[in-house]
Order: sequence, then C-alpha cells, then structure tokens
Amino acid sequence: MNFDFSDEQKALKDEARKFLAAKCPPDRVRKLMEEGSSGHDADLWAAIIEQGWTGAAIPEEHGGLGLGYLELCCIAEELGRAVAPTPFASSVYFFAESVLLAGSDAQKAAYLPKIVTGEIIGTQGSSEKVGPVTAESIDAEVSGGKLSGVKVPVMDGMIATHAVVLAKEGGKPGLFIVDLSADGVSREQLRMMDASRGAAKVSFSNVPAERLGEAGEGITLFDAVNDRAAVLMAFEQVGGADMCLEMGREYALNRFAFGRPIGGYQAIKHKLADMYCKNTLARGNAYYGAWALNTNASELPIAAAGARVSASDAYWNAAKENVQVHGGMGFTWEVDCHLHYRRSQQIGLVAGSARVWKEKLVSRIERRNAA
Amino acid sequence: MDFNDSPEEAAYRAQVRAWLEANAPRDAKGASLGDEDESQMDACKAWQATKAAAGYAQIRWPKEWGGGGGTTMQSVIFSQEEARMGVQLGGPFAIGLGMCIPTVMATADDETKKRFVGPAVRGEEIWCQLFSEPAGGSDVAAIRTRAVKDGEDWVINGQKIWTSGAHYAQYGIVLVRTDPDAVKHKGLTMFWIDMKSPGVECKTIHQMSGARGFNEVFFTDVRVKDSQRLGALHDGWNVSIITLMNERASVSGGGGAVGGGVNNILKAAQKVTGADGAPLAQDAALREKMADWYVMSEGLRFTGMRSLSALSQGKTPGPEQSISKLVYASMAQDIAATAVDLQDQFGMIRDEGVAAFHGAFQEAVLGSPGSRIAGGTDEILRNIIAERVLGLPGEIRVDKTMPFKDLPTGR
Repeated sequence: MNFDFSDEQKALKDEARKFLAAKCPPDRVRKLMEEGSSGHDADLWAAIIEQGWTGAAIPEEHGGLGLGYLELCCIAEELGRAVAPTPFASSVYFFAESVLLAGSDAQKAAYLPKIVTGEIIGTQGSSEKVGPVTAESIDAEVSGGKLSGVKVPVMDGMIATHAVVLAKEGGKPGLFIVDLSADGVSREQLRMMDASRGAAKVSFSNVPAERLGEAGEGITLFDAVNDRAAVLMAFEQVGGADMCLEMGREYALNRFAFGRPIGGYQAIKHKLADMYCKNTLARGNAYYGAWALNTNASELPIAAAGARVSASDAYWNAAKENVQVHGGMGFTWEVDCHLHYRRSQQIGLVAGSARVWKEKLVSRIERRNAA
Repeated sequence: MDFNDSPEEAAYRAQVRAWLEANAPRDAKGASLGDEDESQMDACKAWQATKAAAGYAQIRWPKEWGGGGGTTMQSVIFSQEEARMGVQLGGPFAIGLGMCIPTVMATADDETKKRFVGPAVRGEEIWCQLFSEPAGGSDVAAIRTRAVKDGEDWVINGQKIWTSGAHYAQYGIVLVRTDPDAVKHKGLTMFWIDMKSPGVECKTIHQMSGARGFNEVFFTDVRVKDSQRLGALHDGWNVSIITLMNERASVSGGGGAVGGGVNNILKAAQKVTGADGAPLAQDAALREKMADWYVMSEGLRFTGMRSLSALSQGKTPGPEQSISKLVYASMAQDIAATAVDLQDQFGMIRDEGVAAFHGAFQEAVLGSPGSRIAGGTDEILRNIIAERVLGLPGEIRVDKTMPFKDLPTGR
C-alpha cells in the first residue's frame, strides 16, 4: 500500500509553497482585485512559466517536463492554497488537457509547446446561459469551418489567446480550437464574484475553428476533459480548504473574548473540528482522483466526480466557516478570508456545479453497478 | 502512488491466505454477542485458539507472550484477509486483548502477566473493562465507585455501566476511587478483578433498540487483594490512559466495500417505486444525498489507506483516522432515517416479515444513536480533534483543584 505522494513529489510541493509565498502573498491578490484588472498577475504568470509548471504533465516530446499528473496535483494544491490569480487552470487543466486527450499529432505539436512556454494562453468556452452545460444548452455553431455564437463566461477570456469551444456542427456537439486573435472575435470583460480570476463574454462571428477529436464527440470529450480538470481543481480546493482551516485555527488561538481565546469555546472548536473532517475526506477522495488520473484508470470518471464533490463541499464549508470564526473582521476587505470565500465559489462552479457533479457521480455508479 | 503490497507484504498475504483457506471455519456467521445470542461463543473461542497456536492471534506481540512477533502491517493484512473470508469471530476478545491485557502487561508483575496473558491470547479467558459509571461517561475521571483499605485487602462498593461483555467475562480491570480527599484525577486506582468474586452482580441494559449488549455491574463489598493493584496507588488515571491509548492505537484496515453501504442502498432504491410510479433511485433529492454519502464513505476508506501507507513504509500514521467514527456514526443515522422516509407509511413497520428489506433500516434508525455515543460521543470526539490535532485550548476546568468530594455533582 503506497497511497501517498513520493518524497520527491512532496519536495516539489514544499518548493511550490515557498515560491508562491514569495511571489503571491495575499496582499498581492487583494491589490490585483482593487485594480479591477482582468484577474491576471502577469509577473506571477511569467514566473510560473519559468518554473516549468505549465509543462509539468506535458510530455517532453511536446516541450513539457513530462513529470506526470501527481506532480501537477502537488502544484495545483499550492496554487489553491495561495489563491493564485493566474490562468493556470484554464490553460493547463482545460486547454492543454483537451489537446492531449483529443488532439491530432499535428495539433499537439502546434499547441502544447506554446502552452508550456506561455506563448499561448488557452481556455475553454462552454457555457452560454444560466444552468448546466448540456448538448441542448448550446447554440454556438460551426458551419464550413467557421464558428458563430456567444460563450459566457469564458474564464480568462480577456487574456487567453486560444480557446477550446463546445459548439454544434451539423446539429451535433463538437470541440473546436479557436484562435481568439482572429477577426470576428469580440470580448467583453465581466465583473466576477471572484475578482481575482478574470472572465469575459466572448462573441464569435464566422471565426475559423478547427475541430478537436471526432465529429459529434463533443460532449463525450468535454466530459472527459472536465473529469481530468476536476481532479486537478480538487487539489486546488483541498489546498484552499486547508489554508482556511489554518487561518481559522490561528485566529481562534489569538483572538480573545470574555477573557480567553475563542478557540477554547466548543462552538468554535467543533466548527474547526468539522472543517478538519471534511478536509480530510476531501483529501482522501482527491488522492484517489490523482491516482486514477495518473494511471488513466477505468475508475477515473467515478474517482474524478468523487474528488470534485468532496472537495467542493470541503472548500465551501471551510471558506464560509473561516469567515464566521473571524467574526466581523472576517467580513472586511483587509482580512484574507474573502479571498478564499470568493475562490471557493469560482472553482466550485467552473466545469459545473456541485449538483451537476453529484448527479454525474451517482449515474456513473449506477452504470458501474449495471456492468 | 499505488495500492500494491510491497514484495514482503505480498508474500505475507499469500501465506496468510493459504493458512486461512486451510484453517478458517467455513460456516462462521459472525453474529455480535449479546446475552440473547451466545451461540457463537464456542466458535469464537475455538477460532481464537487456532489462531494463537499459529501465531496469528496477537501478531504484533512478542512471541514470548503468545504473539506472532510481527509488524503492525502484518496484523492489518491478517485482519483484511480474515474479513475477506467472512470470518468475524474476534468480538469477545477485542476489549481484553485491545485494552485490558496491554494494561496488565504495562503495570503488573511477571507472575501476574504470566498468569493472564497467555490464556487471554488463546481465547480461554475473556476480559471486560470497568471504567464508565452513571456519573462518569464522557467525564471518566468522575467515577464514584469506592475502594477502601481493609487490612491487606480493598473493599469495593459502587456501580459501573456500559460494560460490554461483563456477563461472559471471567476477569475485568476496574477503576475505583481510593482517595476522595484528593483532587479528581489523583485519587483513582486500577485493579484487576475476578468477575466471579462475591458481591459482583451483572445486569444487562435494555437499550432503546431492544438489544442487550451492555451491562450494569454492581459492586457490593467486593474484596480484592492489594496484589491485584495495577500501577501505583492513586495513579489509576495514568494507568487508564495506558488502556485508552491502546484502544486508539488500533488502526482500521482501510478495507471495506467500495462506497460502503451506499451501493446497496442505490441498488435497493432502484427496486422500489415512488409516488410518481418511477423508481426511488430517480429521485433527485435522494441522488444528491447518495453522492454525499458515497464520498464520505470513500473518503473514510481512502483515509484508512493513507494511514496504512504510512505504516507500510515504517512511518507513524498522522491523526487523520480520528475523524472515522465521528463521520461514520452520523452518516449511518442519516442514511437510515432517509431510507425509512422513502418507504413512507411502510417506514414505520419494524416487523421483519412485513417491513421493506426485512426491517434493516428500521433497526438502523433505532440502533444508530448508540454509535454516536459509544466509545466517545460526537462532542468528545470533536474536542479531541480540536485539542489534540488542531492544538486548540482545553476547556476551563473547575474540577482540577478542589478535592473530589467537594465537587458539585448535580443529581
């Protein structure tokens, strides 16, 4: 039984933590939000690329480090802990994974090395309206190799150079790579709950689009990409949730009320103990997702949904209860609680809400039981 | 990251599996032992003796004490394989070997150890643990059972409660108050006791579920010798910590079915029709709960695997397993209540012959409150996580400085 990360992987995680503590302190995240920018710290992004993190799981033949998904999970956990304002998830978990999963050799050769170097920033465009993304919910259409439609929200849509877009072709959903610098693309920045992560409404009018994967396979591929992204995001969520627990604990030890630390009151202790329980469950489920992703196991669809459901629950719980432990101070702009509160909502919704993933999990278990 | 045995572990597992194939009793049902059903006791004792003869009874213990001289990991592997074979006959010995005998081994003289350890390992003698009292459950140190010195003997009077197996145990360890003038934690002493001593009376407790798994044990002028003392006089609190630490040292197998019982509920809900004529398994609210329970069950299973991984690599597991009972007990109650709710008016029926699923969920509704209390209440477990794992301050205590006899007691 070796259900743990290796010493080398743990060392990578430690290194990433130190790196982000130096390059991405909470004050910097807050300042970025105050500036009302596109939720993108260009200096941090450049430094991350220099570290090679964008290529951690991309094979060496495509310019990556070819380390593997366990290493990428270690990095993801630290990015989540630091509430990093970067397009890392969009470019690496969504765009690069789409290309790795469904791209032709030519597409891999064209896009992956540039993802690693940061020459391109990728993202995914799927949602168009309120409610879950399904084959029926999309109107965007590709005809004669040209995409028309509107995607909203597109994470990092103001800074991305390329997007994988879910659109219909001949009435059936497919995935398409679109160069966002092409004529016919217009972008409007959106005001987001999590202002540390930018997004846009992106409109396409007869924009050249190249298909990724087989025609009509769009939903299958979209689901498969989101499973992979869900595992990686689960690590960001676990990292964020543990940070919330640490913040809450620290505050409870140092904040005195009625003559003693509030951490001595059971109302607070039990809240933090429950947080520890949910975080521990989420970590276990995330580890299983990591194993399934790294070995491309047949259990991945269930493991990914389990990791997602557990991590979304843990992070939201930790983020909201951390605010509560901090009392009035937790509701101020200057204290860091809200950074995680916002981010837990953002990660919990990108790639689909908790209820969507719970339904995915149960239907996948049913299919396994029936098999 | 993988789920594979190391070569040594795989070899040990193969050896254990072969031995179990050859020796395990085939018809072992593994009923839990209450006073209503002791029919399994002979099978339990026979199996324990068989294991002891082969060195599989207490695998981690030194061979000189009847153990197997093995590692914790080997012990876990044996338990996993035993469970895989469906053999569950260790219940009557769990408290003795998990708590009482380790306490004896840590505190008693050689003669006493020689007398008791071997028979306990071989399942010849069963032990019970007499700590809890009507006035001291979560607050174990609040016990009032008195021992008064009379010549070379001690005379015990008082009452214990929630004592598992007291009605079939031959021996017990009992925590009593020897100095009521001292502060609460300083006036306790531990003894071993023969459960057949004159003045010891067991009475089973009728639980809300109707089962009778625990006992009240009454002590009326029970005489024990000073040589039966375990540890120093008035040092019983520290001795009891040895006992309880041994309980917590046990690491769960990290095994169990994928998704715990959730898979079975899902399958069952596919066979029952709701008000709209569709299978209950299609109910959206139920499906959300199923997903929550599934990730809780799996989260616990994976948490066990993380602890096992540390053991497997010769490291000390982290505190992560401290969440297990707290998470599991409430979930089990929630699952049972939801399953009964789904049955609508039929949910009220406990009658095995009429109720859905032979009344299994009704039994679970009635039994599940016990799990949230036994072995540490939800609230005590949260305190333990908060204080020992997260390092938060303990409660303000009013019982640490004044003599025990002066403490307020309520009714």
